[in-house]
Amino acid sequence: MGGALTVARRELSGYFATPVAYVFIVIFLIMSGALTFTLGNFFGRGTADLQPFFGFVPWLFLFLVPALTMRLWAEERRLGTIELLLTLPITQWQAVLGKFLAAWAFCAIALVLTFPLVLTVNYLGNPDNGVIVTGYVGCLLVAGTYLAVGAAISALTKNQVIAFVLAVAVCFLFAAAGSPVVTEFLSTRIPALAEIARGISITDRLNGFSRGVVTLRDLIFFASFIGFWLFANAVAVDHRKAD
Amino acid sequence: MSALIEIDRLTKNFGGFTAVDDVSFTVARGEVLGFLGPNGAGKSTTMKMLAGFVTPSSGTARICGEDVVDRPVAAKRHLGYLPEGAPTYPEMTVAAFLAFVAHVRGFRGSEAADRIAHAMRLTTLEGVRLQPIETLSKGFKRRVGLAQALLHDPPVLVLDEPTDGLDPNQKHEVRRLIAQMAPNKAIIISTHILEEVSAICSRAIIIARGQVLADSTPAELAGRGSSLDAVFRDLTLPKEVA
Repeated sequence: MGGALTVARRELSGYFATPVAYVFIVIFLIMSGALTFTLGNFFGRGTADLQPFFGFVPWLFLFLVPALTMRLWAEERRLGTIELLLTLPITQWQAVLGKFLAAWAFCAIALVLTFPLVLTVNYLGNPDNGVIVTGYVGCLLVAGTYLAVGAAISALTKNQVIAFVLAVAVCFLFAAAGSPVVTEFLSTRIPALAEIARGISITDRLNGFSRGVVTLRDLIFFASFIGFWLFANAVAVDHRKAD
Repeated sequence: MSALIEIDRLTKNFGGFTAVDDVSFTVARGEVLGFLGPNGAGKSTTMKMLAGFVTPSSGTARICGEDVVDRPVAAKRHLGYLPEGAPTYPEMTVAAFLAFVAHVRGFRGSEAADRIAHAMRLTTLEGVRLQPIETLSKGFKRRVGLAQALLHDPPVLVLDEPTDGLDPNQKHEVRRLIAQMAPNKAIIISTHILEEVSAICSRAIIIARGQVLADSTPAELAGRGSSLDAVFRDLTLPKEVA
């Protein structure tokens, strides 16, 4: 674990040494705020909660998180530093975990910086702050799943554009799997698949969190989903590291 | 004391192409082995397998008795490795980069600070310690890579083209550094510069098409023809079919 944390610390400081961190955070804050107040009709809804915000964040992450992960391994390969990293006395698993944890911590920082919304809603009314906390936890878990997917795909290719496009596509698959359009289409044509689509859907899982309901099932889903993709990431790094 | 580096029937195939073909040799403490060969001969691939970056197709290597395939982390602890081109993280400062490597290698607090200071002194990096690596010249970048490899004072050093891109004075410095460390370590350096081999290596291996063609002292190799250059050409150029 020590090795993973050392890698994570280096990665995280790397984000802030380049404009990547600032562009990501500023765009995320502007977009999440703007969407919440305009499309989300924050003031007109007449309820003091952050439902619109929690509704938009997963879709924002769908594009922003792959932008973060596309360089995770592709950049190491381009610079040749992957050879340095993997010949230090750490396991590949520690390198994979370290990179993932750094990106996840970075997403957590971006989410924490949306705190003015929480202050605003508390100033205007009397929201259930427990629901707001679980909503944030849900958003963080969604970021984690997208990160795990994107990082694994980044390990497969040297090309950052390919890594980005594939990661958005795969994340979209898991995000849209539970949407009414998909499930209705599938349940009329292939009912067996509809149930599976609902089962792997990330947005379905998130609904509980944004209503303040955290179930063990959902937590296990997110943990195993992230675990699976990190495992795929380690396998991909092992097979493709020297290409 | 047995050899610190043991390479045991190491082979690497890429698709149908055999980059390294059944290579075996050992390097003992106090030896500086010059690894020579034309581009694409398998030098770097052999070194990458020794460093645990490329997985061998068959055969294995041991560093201080630790198998690089079965016990990679233990083997890497005894190894200082300078990859080809000396890759480093461009946005980090020299000090931050070396601190990262020291941390990964398990050094903390004042011990880490001492090791970093010592490595910077050996490679004369003190003047640029707070500069981002991307702003440094090629020679400085190479020395950052070297400092990273020397930081933990490893018994085994594997340096892939350590003097590439350095000016003559810097080359001289690096050679002096290697010669100074040689008695206590087993060192492998790859190079294209044949006089470097005569200057610092106690032994030279010539490799081409993945196979070891010669393994001897630089003086003995040079004695086989008019010069080391001539012998190198003679060994590595494909034979004309008579």
